[in-house]
Amino acid sequence: MHGHVSYEDFILQVAGFLTAYYLFVAVMNAFAALYLWQSGRAKVLLRLPGSGLAVTTAHVWLLVAGVFTILSAYATNGGAAALSLPAAMREAADSIMGPVVYTVGSLVLLAGLYLGRNFFVKPTVAWAGLNLSLLLMGLSMTDMDFASIVMKPDNVPIVAMIYLLGYFTWLSAYKAVQNDERTARGEVPLEKLDDEKVLVWPDLVYTELICMIGLTALLFVWAILLQAPLEEPASSVKTPNPSKAPWYFLGLQEMLVYYDPWMAGVVLPGVVVGGLMAIPFIDFNKLGNGYYTINERKFAYCTFQFGFLVLWVTLIVMGTFLRGPNWNFFGFYETWDAHKVEALNNVDLSQYFWVDLLHTGRPKAPDGSSMFWQIFYIIKREIVGIGLLAFYFGGGPPAMVIYSKFFREMFLRMGFVRYMVLSNLILLMALLPIKMLARWTVDMKYFISIPEYFLNF
Amino acid sequence: MPPLDEIIRGSQIWKSVFRHPAPVDRRNRVVVMLTNFFLHLHPVSIKKQGISLSYTWCMGGVTFFLFLVETVTGVLLMFYYRPTLEWAYNDILALRDVASLGILREIHRWGAHAMVITVWLHMYRVFLTGSYKPPREFNWVIGVVLLLLTLLLSFTGYLLPWDQLAIWAITVGSNMARAHPFLGHEGPGSALLTLDGIDMITNASDARFGLLGARFVGEETLNRFYVLHCVAIPLAAALLMAIHFWRVRKDGGISGPL
Ligand code: HEM
Repeated sequence: MHGHVSYEDFILQVAGFLTAYYLFVAVMNAFAALYLWQSGRAKVLLRLPGSGLAVTTAHVWLLVAGVFTILSAYATNGGAAALSLPAAMREAADSIMGPVVYTVGSLVLLAGLYLGRNFFVKPTVAWAGLNLSLLLMGLSMTDMDFASIVMKPDNVPIVAMIYLLGYFTWLSAYKAVQNDERTARGEVPLEKLDDEKVLVWPDLVYTELICMIGLTALLFVWAILLQAPLEEPASSVKTPNPSKAPWYFLGLQEMLVYYDPWMAGVVLPGVVVGGLMAIPFIDFNKLGNGYYTINERKFAYCTFQFGFLVLWVTLIVMGTFLRGPNWNFFGFYETWDAHKVEALNNVDLSQYFWVDLLHTGRPKAPDGSSMFWQIFYIIKREIVGIGLLAFYFGGGPPAMVIYSKFFREMFLRMGFVRYMVLSNLILLMALLPIKMLARWTVDMKYFISIPEYFLNF
Repeated sequence: MPPLDEIIRGSQIWKSVFRHPAPVDRRNRVVVMLTNFFLHLHPVSIKKQGISLSYTWCMGGVTFFLFLVETVTGVLLMFYYRPTLEWAYNDILALRDVASLGILREIHRWGAHAMVITVWLHMYRVFLTGSYKPPREFNWVIGVVLLLLTLLLSFTGYLLPWDQLAIWAITVGSNMARAHPFLGHEGPGSALLTLDGIDMITNASDARFGLLGARFVGEETLNRFYVLHCVAIPLAAALLMAIHFWRVRKDGGISGPL
């Protein structure tokens, strides 16, 4: 991909970027320190014995700003190459990283953030996390493979999106935690304190005007700094490898690993849209309307975050940054090698059942039999998968009512139709992780495999 | 002589356009909201938290603004770009290399990416504040359609530069339609749709063909996507946005604790 650029040339190119980048982070921290000091919000971390001098968070961020300034100066004076993660560390990261570690890791990380939210939303903690991630980004940028994929013009917005999502997830959780603490003390949510009325002119109109000017400026700067991509003229005979859909559909393309196109490309997107539209009609919880809260709507919060952050966003990130030629998985610092071979020995459930378990071979209609018998034999061949699926969707909703007090109460409050919509949506959503697990643990390809009618599941 | 701005504000022309004195006092700040066409989208007064940036993140507004930016830059690009196999790629190339306002393409492309991101963030905020709950259920549904239209706008526009990135992304994307249950020629059940033993769903009659106007991504597709991108979807989105904003007002303004 970048075979013709030598590492030295690459470092020269990236050094300028890193200088500006580290300087930006330094200024950011300096402003944070200034703000904390000016507003008197700096927290005392420790008091020096004797003198009574206090070390506050403002000092810490000032120190961090100093460190980043030094990094910036270092990068600009030919030291950029040294500002990298140790090669051994990068190799280790690549070798552990794979679809399983990535997906399960993201899930565990988000679950940990959720459970420890009272701690992680603290501005100091969140700011430290931001600094750490920016430092990691910076150190990774001197890796050619990392840089070449992150700096691809169409991928830059995705990096921005990750940070925006991180910021807004933090902001909402920060407010939610505050509100939840207030509610526990019997106070009203913060938003309620602000319900006096103000005139739209000037309060809103001016905010809007400033936003528009700011955004226009941002778009101009972005457009000047980053050229829109234009590759070779279209050619229907030269297929690029990998061929990727536009980035916002890469989560769906990633699902193609586990599902056939009729599921990943048609049914599941349909379910996503339908499911989103159904939300207001199946969420009967009256609390949490018009203010941020987590405790008052834990189930809705977790379900949505699972669908949005885990199933939609992390899969997009994976499809964009970690899937290379032949849709093989590549670590963050790994060269996209088109000749990388990954052994695929996935097995259908019918194979497991008829061949490995019963040793009879898969049922097959005698040659020349009629349509009816052919279908009969297909169904017989796939009977275990069909049975499992019927059991899953037929038995799932009632089983949830019988065995879970939580869903029983839901059922009683929601009524039959709403409950069926909700439970089926949840079962459909859970199918993807189930298929992933089956693939990773027992190399399961299809539960139902009817290639005769393009019906693989 | 009176100051210049007083002369301007006192002139007959100015008064014919703005039917009220400068909005510097309370009365005229109300009047301006009621008489100005653009401003009357807004109410006259509003709950303080409804305009708090940390509550709404301004993401709906930003999405709308980006839609306007895309409309303006898009119309300007349409003056230049010709959606034919002969010219499409070359026109984009010229926008990059020779056309003096070629940067419009950059703004248009980055604006489109940004709009996809901001519409997700807007949905995220609406969810997290529970603002889809009664009485705003229907506006959420309209929002979901708007989300879909935003993605389709971006998707159809992706093809227009007619480079390798474009046609292969659209090929990968539209290959899905081939697998549409019943309606795609490689989809489950389509083989059952036969008439006197003749397949009704073939690669020249299925959902993918309808989308592309051909069996492969070709000139017909370029034309189809161009019309969708420049006319059909923007019109639909604009209409739905109008309804969306109307409903924000009619559902009681920005949500807030009861
Ligand atoms: C092109 C896309 C869209 C535009 C231009 C747009 C614009 C807006 C604007 C300007 C507001 C006023 C409040 C605010 O800025 O947050 C708003 C509110 C709202 N939007 Fe959207 N929106 C879009 C898509 C969506 C989507 C995807 C959803 C949900 C799936 C949605 C659901 C809502 C709801 C329920 C409200 C009322 C919120 C409240 O009262 O707090 N909208 N929209």
